[in-house]
Amino acid sequence: MELRSNVPEGPIERKWEKHRFEMKLVNPANKRKHTILMVGSGLAGASAAASLAELGYNVKCYCYQDSPRRAHSIAAQGGINAAKNYQNDGDSVFRLFYDTVKGGDYRSREGNVYRLAELSVEIIDQCVAQGVPFAREYGGLLANRSFGGAQVSRTFYARGQTGQQLLLGAYQALERQIGLGKVEMFSRHEMLDLVLVDGRARGIVTRDMVTGEIESHAGDAVVLGTGGYGNVFYLATYAKGANATAIWRAYKKGAAFANPCFTQIHPTCIPVTGEHQSKLTLMSESLRNDGRIWVPKKARDPRPPNQIPEEDRDYYLERQYPSFGNLVPRDVASRAAKRVADEGRGVGPGGFGVYLDFADAIKRLGANVIGEKYGNLFEMYERITAENPYQVPMRIYPAIHYTMGGLWVDYNLMSTVPGLHVIGEANFSDHGANRLGASALMQGLADGYFVMPYTVGHYLASNKIEKLATDHSAFRQAEAAVADRVRSLLGIGGQRSVDSFHRELGRIMWEYCGMARNQGGLETALEKIPALREQFWREAKVPGENEELNQSLEKAGRVADFLELAELICLDALERRESCGGHFREEFQTPDGEARRDDENFCHVAAWEYAGQGQKPIRHVEPLSFEYVHPSQRSYK
Amino acid sequence: MNLTLHVWRQKNAAARGRFVTYPASDVSPDMSFLEMLDVVNEALIAGGEDPIAFDHDCREGICGTCGMMIDGQAHGPRRATTACQLHMRTYRDGDEITIEPWRADAFPVVKDLVVDRSAFDRIVAAGGFITARTGSAPDGNAVPVPKAAADLAMDAAACIGCGACVAACPNASAMLFTAAKVSHLGLLPQGQPERHTRVRGMVAQMDAEGFGTCTNHFECEAACPKSISVRFIARMNRDYLVATLADRGEPASAEGGTG
Repeated sequence: MELRSNVPEGPIERKWEKHRFEMKLVNPANKRKHTILMVGSGLAGASAAASLAELGYNVKCYCYQDSPRRAHSIAAQGGINAAKNYQNDGDSVFRLFYDTVKGGDYRSREGNVYRLAELSVEIIDQCVAQGVPFAREYGGLLANRSFGGAQVSRTFYARGQTGQQLLLGAYQALERQIGLGKVEMFSRHEMLDLVLVDGRARGIVTRDMVTGEIESHAGDAVVLGTGGYGNVFYLATYAKGANATAIWRAYKKGAAFANPCFTQIHPTCIPVTGEHQSKLTLMSESLRNDGRIWVPKKARDPRPPNQIPEEDRDYYLERQYPSFGNLVPRDVASRAAKRVADEGRGVGPGGFGVYLDFADAIKRLGANVIGEKYGNLFEMYERITAENPYQVPMRIYPAIHYTMGGLWVDYNLMSTVPGLHVIGEANFSDHGANRLGASALMQGLADGYFVMPYTVGHYLASNKIEKLATDHSAFRQAEAAVADRVRSLLGIGGQRSVDSFHRELGRIMWEYCGMARNQGGLETALEKIPALREQFWREAKVPGENEELNQSLEKAGRVADFLELAELICLDALERRESCGGHFREEFQTPDGEARRDDENFCHVAAWEYAGQGQKPIRHVEPLSFEYVHPSQRSYK
Repeated sequence: MNLTLHVWRQKNAAARGRFVTYPASDVSPDMSFLEMLDVVNEALIAGGEDPIAFDHDCREGICGTCGMMIDGQAHGPRRATTACQLHMRTYRDGDEITIEPWRADAFPVVKDLVVDRSAFDRIVAAGGFITARTGSAPDGNAVPVPKAAADLAMDAAACIGCGACVAACPNASAMLFTAAKVSHLGLLPQGQPERHTRVRGMVAQMDAEGFGTCTNHFECEAACPKSISVRFIARMNRDYLVATLADRGEPASAEGGTG
């Protein structure tokens, strides 16, 4: 397998422009002869489907939800970055590019990141034109706020619902195309396999989640925008239905999987309350601007927080990182919380929590000011925990939030399978080992609105793609394989629920491949996961039948894939013998406990090739070079 | 605590449904309503029964996927709260809870508590957009938007499309849903060129889907998990009247509309 990034030559600020000129075009009259299959309808998928249809292509779009408006992009709270420099505070495309490469701990591709920063500017224009109700100043101009990892105000937002509003903008553009007949929408359809003909991605097999029908769809190109795989940890801030099935099926058909161990943990989530917990809820990071994080000095201190005097409290972030204090980046804050919890000083049920205390801020600014800033978050917290953060400190704990890894793509966002493009969180390309806040929305929309329309056309124009119908034997085989798998799942006939397997897998991943990883732990996980997988295929219980709405069956298929993907994540984490961004290997840290990168040996993308059932996957390497942003050690002391 | 649930079970759209009673044992007050159903389903699976199908996804109150009538109230008793954000501490040991799907002709039952809300998508396709071809947008600050208009547009745009307004309405009207989108886009300068075709197209589609009309009960606002105001309905009615008078004789559909 060859990993050719296809990043154009030339100075970085000219690459995309040059490439746009060099890419081949599809004649307007010929566009309607092509069909593009778009799997996923989040920010990336909906924007790509709408934009491709506007150009004249026939698009078929698929989502597992009952409507494309519900994709999990909708849950993003904070905002979207763009190098508009509307605040006149020194922002520029280059600065956004620089911050993103540095924030990613020098494990992303410079050419891709620069293009992302360039396109960020157009995204805002596009969204405003669609009617996204961004926050405004009194003069009517767009408002900005600052966000973690940046010294300029470049984040655009729509209250705490930026993801929702951006998604609805893309969804409305998509619905318009559906109304015009240019997009055919398949809601409640799940992609269960990718179909290759002559080595090219030519179609997919789906299951209609209402009738159980297994259907084939042929196209000239396939685009996956199916999101991240964080639900492999079971407890995560993802939607319950979010899954890795589409990208995992593609991986097994030849698409390389890049940097699977790069997972992001968000430090401010509401802690777990018990075994019944089904998901974790994020509290915006902005809370760390005014809240102070602490735990008792004494392990297992039984006193309620308000009765613990100042001298018995450890404001551990302020103590260890005096210059950044409570505002250290996500990965640093998360690991520090884990350390104190491991020492037995965690708070709340189970001891997996730390306090985020607003008492000082309320004393300084008054409850009114704090209420104006964070009122909705305080209310949300109280709704979930029944505790009033104006009176008692919040309890927070880190949780899985995003996956930087994903299918490997080149500059055109095409995977190692010709014709298979991958966009948004499903690909690996722009965030390196750590994603900065307000960058996920930017990437999803850049890929969908502004990259796909060009690069998909280039692919279609530069390859001779034969007409193909779903009666081709490749579809028959894929359908049979999918039907077989569904039958196997329904026929396991065990006694244990799928959820209990998923929970157990999550516990293994969190314990051994979560915030801190080490060789011994990863090796343990690599023994436990295959054993659990075998047990799943022997003892799981999947009730019902295929020919109906069967949520247990849907879950079982996804968990079966997570049980395979988990192994690849651990393997990747084991092989990456360095610490960088969200990947912290305990063996590789500085004397004061910070991540130690190894640029000599690991300044590369690790892309895994599927080698067959039961075979160890093959690790390929795409070296990374940094011409514009020179690697340095991150320090927040 | 221990509870008794009366749950609507219906195998598919064609089947006849009925209430079935299930115990919900050892319910923790910290559980969300959906987590309580998860636990009941685990017990059903263990006992060889078909688990209760219900729609859900983000479980943080923003995707709009979940929704059920809980003791006759859309999303249950707490104001401005989706079912996934309703917590069991609202209930007491021994309580009996009746759970049904949304009831509306335009939202046919798919299975148990799952309904088909694709009518909402078709209403949006009939005009609930601003035509802005990718790549053709002017600079974001080229057209200033008064802050008050942007804020009010955002109040309307907060709709999550869950369908509680329809379920709560004695007429199964989709006026609040439609009005929220008409108002969101109609309040912004970018939404003016299509303002008339939009409202006419969306209202025509709403009627074609079989939703009822508004008779000012305002149950929709009370049930709305995002507290969207019924004032937007008045705004839509005004827009609709103006559009009908202004465009007399023209077809009632936006470009791309299905209405």
